[in-house]
Amino acid sequence: KRVIGANTRVNVVFLVAQNVPNADWEKKVTEYFKEKLKENNATNWVPSLNDVPVHYLKPNSLVKFRCMVQDMFDPEFYMGVYETVDPNTSARVLHFGKYRDVAECGPQQEIDLNSSQTVTSERQTFYCVPVPGESAWPVIVLNPRFYAYISASQARVSPSTSYTPSRHKRSYEEDEDMDLHPSKQKEQHMGNSCCSGGDIHGCVEPKRLETEAPAGHHLISPNCSPPLDLNFPLPGEKGPACLVKVYESWESFKVNDVLEVYGVLSVDPVLSIVNNEERDSSALDPMECMDTAEEQRVHSPPASLVPRIHVILAQKLQHINPLLPPCLNEEESKTFVSNFMSELSTVRAELLGFLTHALLGDSLAAEYLILHLISTVYARRDVLPLGKFTVNLSGCPRNSIFTEHIYHIIQQLVPASFRLQMSIGNMNHSRFTPRKDYTANRLVSGVLQLASNTSLVIDETQLEQGQLDTTGVHNVTALGNLITWQKVDYDFNYHRMEFPCNINVLVTSEGRSLLPSDCQVHLQPQLIPPNMEEYMSSLLTAVLPSVLNKFRIYLSLLKLLDYSISDEVTKAVEEDFVEMRKNDPESITADDLHKTLLVARFLSLSAGQTTLSRERWLRAKQLEALRKARLQQQKCVNGNEL
Amino acid sequence: LPAQDARSPPSQKRRTDDSTSTGDLQPMPTSPPGDVQSPGAADALFSSPPQFRHSAIPLDFDISSPLTYGTPSSRVEGTPRSGVRGTPVRQRPDLGSARKARQVDLHSDGPAEDIVATDQSLGQRLVIWGTDVNVASCKEKFQRFLQRFIDPLDKEDEDIGLDLNEPRYMQRLQEINVVGEPFLNVNCDHLRSFDENLYRQLICYPQEVIPTFDMAANEIFFDRYPDSILEHQIQVRPYNALKTRNMRSLNPEDIDQLITISGMVIRSSQLIPEMQEAFFKCQVCAYTTRVEIDRGRIAEPSVCKNCNTTHSMALIHNRSMFSDKQMIKLQESPEDMPAGQTPHTVALFAHNDLVDKVQPGDRVNVTGIYRAVPIRVNPRVSSVKSVYKTHIDVIHYRKTDSKRLHGVDEETEQKMFTEERVKILKELSKKADIYERLSLALAPSIYEHEEIKKGILLQLFGGSRKDFTHTGRGNFRAEINILLCGDPGTSKSQLLQYVYNLVPRGQYTSGKGSSAVGLTAYVMKDPETRQLVLQTGALVLSDNGICCIDEFDKMNESTRSVLHEVMEQQTLSIAKAGIICQLNARTSILAAANPIESQWNPKKTTIENIQLPHTLLSRFDLIFLMLDPRDEAYDRRLARHLVSLYYQSEEKLEEEYMDMAILRDYIAYARSYVNPRLSEEASQALIEAYVDMRKIGSGRGMVSAYPRQLESLIRLAEAHAKVRFSEKVETIDVEEAKRLHREALKQSATDPRTGIVDISILTTGMSATARKRKEELAQALRKLIQSKGKAPSLKYQQLFDDLRAQSDTAVTKEMFEEALRALADDDFLTVTGKTVRLL
Repeated sequence: KRVIGANTRVNVVFLVAQNVPNADWEKKVTEYFKEKLKENNATNWVPSLNDVPVHYLKPNSLVKFRCMVQDMFDPEFYMGVYETVDPNTSARVLHFGKYRDVAECGPQQEIDLNSSQTVTSERQTFYCVPVPGESAWPVIVLNPRFYAYISASQARVSPSTSYTPSRHKRSYEEDEDMDLHPSKQKEQHMGNSCCSGGDIHGCVEPKRLETEAPAGHHLISPNCSPPLDLNFPLPGEKGPACLVKVYESWESFKVNDVLEVYGVLSVDPVLSIVNNEERDSSALDPMECMDTAEEQRVHSPPASLVPRIHVILAQKLQHINPLLPPCLNEEESKTFVSNFMSELSTVRAELLGFLTHALLGDSLAAEYLILHLISTVYARRDVLPLGKFTVNLSGCPRNSIFTEHIYHIIQQLVPASFRLQMSIGNMNHSRFTPRKDYTANRLVSGVLQLASNTSLVIDETQLEQGQLDTTGVHNVTALGNLITWQKVDYDFNYHRMEFPCNINVLVTSEGRSLLPSDCQVHLQPQLIPPNMEEYMSSLLTAVLPSVLNKFRIYLSLLKLLDYSISDEVTKAVEEDFVEMRKNDPESITADDLHKTLLVARFLSLSAGQTTLSRERWLRAKQLEALRKARLQQQKCVNGNEL
Repeated sequence: LPAQDARSPPSQKRRTDDSTSTGDLQPMPTSPPGDVQSPGAADALFSSPPQFRHSAIPLDFDISSPLTYGTPSSRVEGTPRSGVRGTPVRQRPDLGSARKARQVDLHSDGPAEDIVATDQSLGQRLVIWGTDVNVASCKEKFQRFLQRFIDPLDKEDEDIGLDLNEPRYMQRLQEINVVGEPFLNVNCDHLRSFDENLYRQLICYPQEVIPTFDMAANEIFFDRYPDSILEHQIQVRPYNALKTRNMRSLNPEDIDQLITISGMVIRSSQLIPEMQEAFFKCQVCAYTTRVEIDRGRIAEPSVCKNCNTTHSMALIHNRSMFSDKQMIKLQESPEDMPAGQTPHTVALFAHNDLVDKVQPGDRVNVTGIYRAVPIRVNPRVSSVKSVYKTHIDVIHYRKTDSKRLHGVDEETEQKMFTEERVKILKELSKKADIYERLSLALAPSIYEHEEIKKGILLQLFGGSRKDFTHTGRGNFRAEINILLCGDPGTSKSQLLQYVYNLVPRGQYTSGKGSSAVGLTAYVMKDPETRQLVLQTGALVLSDNGICCIDEFDKMNESTRSVLHEVMEQQTLSIAKAGIICQLNARTSILAAANPIESQWNPKKTTIENIQLPHTLLSRFDLIFLMLDPRDEAYDRRLARHLVSLYYQSEEKLEEEYMDMAILRDYIAYARSYVNPRLSEEASQALIEAYVDMRKIGSGRGMVSAYPRQLESLIRLAEAHAKVRFSEKVETIDVEEAKRLHREALKQSATDPRTGIVDISILTTGMSATARKRKEELAQALRKLIQSKGKAPSLKYQQLFDDLRAQSDTAVTKEMFEEALRALADDDFLTVTGKTVRLL
């Protein structure tokens, strides 16, 4: 119920501000909420758009949303302060326009557009989607209550309706009614000064109706001929897309940033009505048709489908793992880190064992998989991304069950992931890179528009012989660029723009992959389970949830650690390299040194060490030698076969 | 005012008007003016013959004679006029389309003007409501500006034919009199240097100030050229408002101000006729009246003033006045965009003759008034969206890339440098080791390969552009092409990526993925307009830049053939779907090729290793080998370098980045401002160098240098002079060019069999010794066959075995076949299947 408190306080703040027009209330609002949200777990009480369907949320209430910036629209000028006038009494009232979409006024009032009191302000609109490929487990971990609710509401769709879910729904409505009550009063209070209560009812009533016919609503609507493409990067994604309106320091946000925003939810149906009116009038009045119909559809979609959030607080997230404190630099999170560090080695051992089982008993491959999962691009040297570690897991048995299960396991471990099936059809028919659509004036998303630290598992075992067409070639090139340079070229028709990214790519293939990779590990199964399906699925059920959570913390945490190499070790490494070159100049190149240094880095980090020690260096060399020997061996086998 | 009446020809018809007015000056009227709507010409069929006569008449007269009647539109009216009162005013929708009530409506002869005209003493103190603009003083100041402004130092490419020591805008007015285009472009920068306050007023209140400027300009013009006949009165078009800014920095404070922004056109709408003045006619008594559009609405008269009938007034569409309007979307140019954000767009409204001036894809600088319009109040909904729609009313366009095609460097590029920056750059250029410094700053993450980096550095600077069109030789190539070949994994691609990221107009393609079409240009049908549009590929896009081509060897034959023209003539010819044209592609090419066998074979020549046609190779100025050196000291340094990569702190990385920015500026500055010419000693040194190169070969009976090599040397020397910011190519430049050229040759043109540098490997694809050997073998074979006597045919295998037995060196089958072919070419024998027949 703290939420309600916060809500009423919003109104209070607004009211106070209205009496004192010149007060810097805008700053106070953000400060107030920053303070409020710090208080004991307040953040958990704010309903999240990620978990709760829009039509269960109260309009104009405080919500939070964890999302990725998919596109940035043009900045918007809005009436920061406006004046209404009553034509009969010519009484003038000032209003604030911040944090709302609609300039409200009573039925007896008109907005004076030419008032000298009008203040025009600027805000920026981001088109945000939930973090693409976000796994299911963070939701479960975060909020079991919501999860139960969601699974229940999903069950409701099925014919066998049990009683529990509807009770859940009931309880929500009750909550809502209770929520509504005090705020209604408040708003009526406000009505005295700015708008009548009747108008509020007018806004709320259609909202109620909408609750009756959720989701499918927009399809029935006569104005929307084709269903609106919500522009999710990955196919089959659900979840609300949102127009996030940012009021300050929007320059600091970039496309593909992951944000957590707290703000006022606006689903005012008037938005859609204004929309329709506009569309009607545009047919009559050429003045208004600045934008194409397509552009209007995209930029102001119905609010029931794409709600608006007026941001009060927004922060970039370093990671989206709910098991970790959101920011690692704070004092309390430091104790969290040091506590976890103490049990790091056991967690590592357990994880290694778990992955070894998953990889059919191949411990070397499991070791490399860990290194891969904690890799992250930590810097760029002119064009060279440092810290990427693409692993090509070759030798996967040619049935999709194995690779699929490997993906399922990774999905259970990392907060966001996606499995890209590299079949001819898939390559030729889908567009991987985002592209600017100038008629609709938006960035049409592609599979490769992913947030940082997303795990991308490319399954090459799906690839058959066949012909790639132009799109296919483009897509392969895009994947190659992604792996080698960690960047994606977005197509702006007249030019291309590079967007740096940070995506962990794992390629599973039968032989050597046709895509480039930093290191190829050939799988050597120690056991072939008779029933792969059963074997793999039993693996996951066998792990305790608490242990699984530790794995999750382990992988997310180690990505965020710093690392350095001392001068002594640098010397030693130098000596080593020169020695190796002397012995075998043909096979040891600068490239090998690169790889070994990478392996050493992640090996040290995986053991919780932030500097390179001589032992780790030797161990890294040893691992590399084992891996190479295996490849060599594989080559011989293949040679014999041929 | 007579201007009111004179406005009657619908400007919707402006284009046909234009065609008639030009038709006047031509011996043959091109088309019958279709001024259907003009009074007294109700039917086009009847109107055309008299119009023909009309248009033919002026030919018999001196155009400038006062007897000549007015412009076609005025002639239709039948009122001969001249002077300021006679030339029709044309409304300026660019200033007034979003008129607000609180602004005084000036150009429709508002009260402010009248008061000023009638009551001068009071007018001195009168300002336009809401501004500090006094019409009379503003007009006077601007007139003074027009009459006096001289800036002899100012250089603009439009200035051709202007005497810089005379008042420049008076010359412009004279030009208007001659050409008849009633637009006066005024550079705001000039205005600012002349009168700061006037400039400020222009920027802040363009809607009020520009009409005043119009008045001022027209008064001067018709004072000076009272007999001049213009289509309508002169309109002043300011441009280059100093507030030139990036689209991103526009904010609410800029609303209703004059701004200049740059960007790229991404979409343009069709022409929208916008009603300026509605024409009503009473159905009862045929009384007519005109109503002006106010804020997009027509106030329809409900009562006829003449007969007092209510609701009898009907709108007559074809007598209403329309103006052309077009909506254009402008996107911020890629250079202005901060990394990681998507580009912003802004809507432009172009009016009248600015319609269709720009096409999607054009880069333009737009000067206009920034507008924010509230979304219309809807009577049915009490609440309003609190968001404004913004757009810019265009006053002036300036294309930036059309100039590029003429070989003049972009204005925006030059603008980049502030004075301090230039000072820093100049100081840098004075350093003795600037050449080394810059080459070190280039791609610091790539280890060593200093010669290659130096080569690429010179490529980035390029030679001086020379024009020999008048002697029939066309343009000389100023760009330097470089090919890198070598083992895979020697960071060739990384170097290419670096260069691509460094230069503003770089393109990166991979030979594997690109087709001839992707490199050159293709013709596409625009789905909207059904118009054929030429889409340009990587080579054209990198005009004046660098095109990086990775995996050059994987490129297919037809694609590569395109490069032949580009790499020497620097143009691209296209003949496709009815479009025949030649595009400029003055691009430097930086290509990387891998050897045909995965590893470089040191026993083979460059050509044999990469299997590229020598015709193409000879077009590269420098060919470098990037091989893995096997040397302990090198390994040690390399290891240290790599290890440091893996733990260096962020701040140090930041520092490097700064260097990249300076490097970029340095190159951009040198490219646009430094144009070195050969000095006497330098040319002497070049001649010597060339003669020396020729001499080396002549001793062994082969050609060792061609004019192409000389040209390469000149380019390299010029580029080196540019590095020093020197306007003169001196001997040290030639020395470095020679050294680098030799260095590259040493790497790529050494004959592995003899160890001698042999240019013919690159120019003819074969070393001289190899050719000699081939000839010897053919002779030996001929002798062998002749020694066999008069047998008409021989067994192939037998002959091969015999030759091998006879020869003291190993003869491969390929060599044998080559020899056979050589003899067949001499009509000595023919080979059919397994038998060899003598002829």
